[in-house]
Amino acid sequence: MRLEPIARPTIWRSTLPPAIAIGATVVIASLLAMAAGGNPFSVLGLIIKGAFGSKFALLETLNRATPLIFTGLAVAVAFRARLWNIGAEAQLYAGALMTVVLGTGLLPWSGFALLPVLVIAAMLAGALVLLVPALLKVRFGVDEVVTTLLFNFIFLLFVSMLLEGPLKDPMGMGWPKSERLIAEARLPRIVDGLRLHWGFGLALIAAGVIWVIERRTTLGYEMRAVGLNREAAGFAGIPVNRVLVKTALLSGGLAALAGFSEVAGLKGNLTLDLSPGFGYTGIIVAMLALLNPLAVVAAALFVAGIFVGADSMSRAVGVPSYLADIMLATALLLMVVAILLTRFRVVRE
Amino acid sequence: MDFFDILISASFWTAAIRIASPLIFATLGELICERAGVLNLGIEGIMVAGAFAGWMAVYSGTGLWTGVAVAMAVGMLFGLVHSLLTVPFGLSQHVVGLGVTLLATSLTYYAYRLALPEVTSPPKIEAFQPFEIPILSDIPLIGPALFSQTPLTYLAFILVGVVALVLYRTPLGLALRAAGENPAAVAAQGLSVTAIRMGAVMVGSGLMAVGGAFLTMSAFDSFFFEMVNGRGWICIALVVFGAWKPGKALLGAILFAAFDALQIRIQQTPLGADIPYQVFLMMPYFLSILALIVMSRRAEVPAALMVPFNKGER
Repeated sequence: MRLEPIARPTIWRSTLPPAIAIGATVVIASLLAMAAGGNPFSVLGLIIKGAFGSKFALLETLNRATPLIFTGLAVAVAFRARLWNIGAEAQLYAGALMTVVLGTGLLPWSGFALLPVLVIAAMLAGALVLLVPALLKVRFGVDEVVTTLLFNFIFLLFVSMLLEGPLKDPMGMGWPKSERLIAEARLPRIVDGLRLHWGFGLALIAAGVIWVIERRTTLGYEMRAVGLNREAAGFAGIPVNRVLVKTALLSGGLAALAGFSEVAGLKGNLTLDLSPGFGYTGIIVAMLALLNPLAVVAAALFVAGIFVGADSMSRAVGVPSYLADIMLATALLLMVVAILLTRFRVVRE
Repeated sequence: MDFFDILISASFWTAAIRIASPLIFATLGELICERAGVLNLGIEGIMVAGAFAGWMAVYSGTGLWTGVAVAMAVGMLFGLVHSLLTVPFGLSQHVVGLGVTLLATSLTYYAYRLALPEVTSPPKIEAFQPFEIPILSDIPLIGPALFSQTPLTYLAFILVGVVALVLYRTPLGLALRAAGENPAAVAAQGLSVTAIRMGAVMVGSGLMAVGGAFLTMSAFDSFFFEMVNGRGWICIALVVFGAWKPGKALLGAILFAAFDALQIRIQQTPLGADIPYQVFLMMPYFLSILALIVMSRRAEVPAALMVPFNKGER
C-alpha cells in the first residue's frame, strides 16, 4: 500500500475519519469496561456525569484542566517548531519549586507585587530547565527527546532531595513536603465561594497570548517555518538555532506555569505528588488540539473531563480508573491516523 | 570498604552483569528497530507490558520459558501497532512511540488491577534461579560474574552474538541495515521496505518486552508499578552510545550497570552516607546524557532513521 495526497477533500473525507476514531475509542473503552465487569453504558454515562454532570464536577474538571492547558501549550509551541520537548514534567516542577522558594516568606510583599514576581520567576526556572537540552541540541546535536525525558527523572529526584533537605517543612511530621505559601502568594478565587482559582484565568490568557505570538509576530512565523522545513528556513535566512532556543524558553516557561498555578492556586505547598503526569498528558492535549493554542483549551477540558469522570466512575462501580489513560492513548493513536486519512488516500498496489 | 576493594569483589561484578541483563535485551531491541530506520519510543511501555505479561503467565501456572515467550508475544503485538502506524502510514515516530508507551503502560496497570483486585502487595513467583556453569564458574572473579547467572542472562549475551551475526553476515541483516540507510535502494532490489521495517520493529519490541520480563522473572520475583523506571529511555541512550553496533552496545550496557552497582555500594560507605541518596539515583541519568554528548559527534546515525519511506515518491 502507499499514500496518495488528495487534491480536494470532500466534506466526508475531512469529517468521517476523526468521527470513526472517536467512535472506535468509545467501543474499545466499552469492551474494557465489560472485561472489568461493568455495564459499558453505565460506565461511559458515569464518566460523562462525573466530569460535567454537576456544578461540583464541572469545577473539578476546570481545575484539572488548568495545568493541562499550560503543559499542552508548552508542548504545542515546541512541537510546532519540531522541538521535541518531552520534559514538561520537569519544567512544571521547576516552576513549582521556584514558587515555594520565593513564596513561603522570603519576599514579604503584598499580593499585587508578589504574584507577578512569582509568575516571572517560575517561568524563568522552567525556561532554564529546557534551555539545557535545547543548547545540547543546537551545540552538540544531542537528540532532545532523550535528554528531556531523562531530565524528568533527574529533576524529580532533585525536588525530592530539597524536600527532604533545605525545603522540608519542619512542622511537616517528617513528610517530605515544603512549607505552605504565605497568604499573599496564593492565587485568589475567580468568584467567591466557587472552588476555581485564577490559575484557570491565567491559562486562558496564556492560550490567547500564544495564539497571537504564533499568528501575528515574526517569532511565530519563524517558529512555524523552522518546524515545516528546517533546511529551507535556514536557507531563507532564518536563524534556526536562535529560534529553537527562543522556542525552548517559551515552552519551558509555559510548562512551569502549570507548577506555579497548582501550588499557588490549589495545593498551597509542594509535594512529590504535585503532578500525576501533567507534563506527559500535555503531549496528548497538544496532539488532540493539532498544536493549535486555542484548541488546546478545548482539548485540555476534554482530557481533564475523562480523568475526573473516570475517577468518579471508578469510585462508583469499581472499574479501574486507568481506563482513562487507555482511552486517551487510544484516542491519540487513532486520531493521528484519522487526521492523516483526511488528507491522504490509501492506494493498494 | 575501599573503592578498589569494591571493584575487585565478585559480588560487585555479579550485580553489574545482573543489572546489565534487562538493558542488553532492550538495547538490542531498540538497536534493531533503529537500524531498520524506525525510532521506537514505545520501549518504556513495552518493557512494562513485558514485565507484567511474563510474570502474570508464570503466576497463572505456565512454565518460566513459556512466560518469556508470552512476554515476547505481547511485545511483538505492541510492535505491530507501532510499526503499522509509523511504517506504512509514515506517522510521526515521536508521537506514535509515546502513544504506544502510554497505551502499553495503562493497559498493563488496568490488567493488573483486574487480575489482582484485592491484593495489597503483589504475589511472588518462583523466578529463574542462578545456574552455575561447571568448571567456568570456578574461575575467580569472572566465574561468579559471568557464569553463575540466571539462564536469561546467558540468553542476553548469546543474543548479542546472534544479532551481530544476523546484521552483518546474512542477506536479511544487509537488507535490514539498508532499509535504515537507503530504503530506495532496497525497494530497487525488489524487496519490501515496509515488510522489513515492520518485521524489525516487531522483533525489536519483542526483545524489549523480554528485557522487561527479566525484571519480574529473574532480577526480582514480583511485579511493581514504576518498576521499569526509565530503563527504556536509558536504553535509547545506550543505542547511541554503542554507535548502533551490538558489541559496543553490550559494552555500554555493562559499563552503565557497573556504574549503577558501584553507586549502590558507595551509598553504604561512610562517605556515601553524607551525600543525599537522590544524588546517587540521579547518576545513571546524568551518565546517559553525558554518553549522548560524548558520542553525538562521531556516531554514524542510520541515514534514514525517522525518515518514512513512501514507494513511488520522487
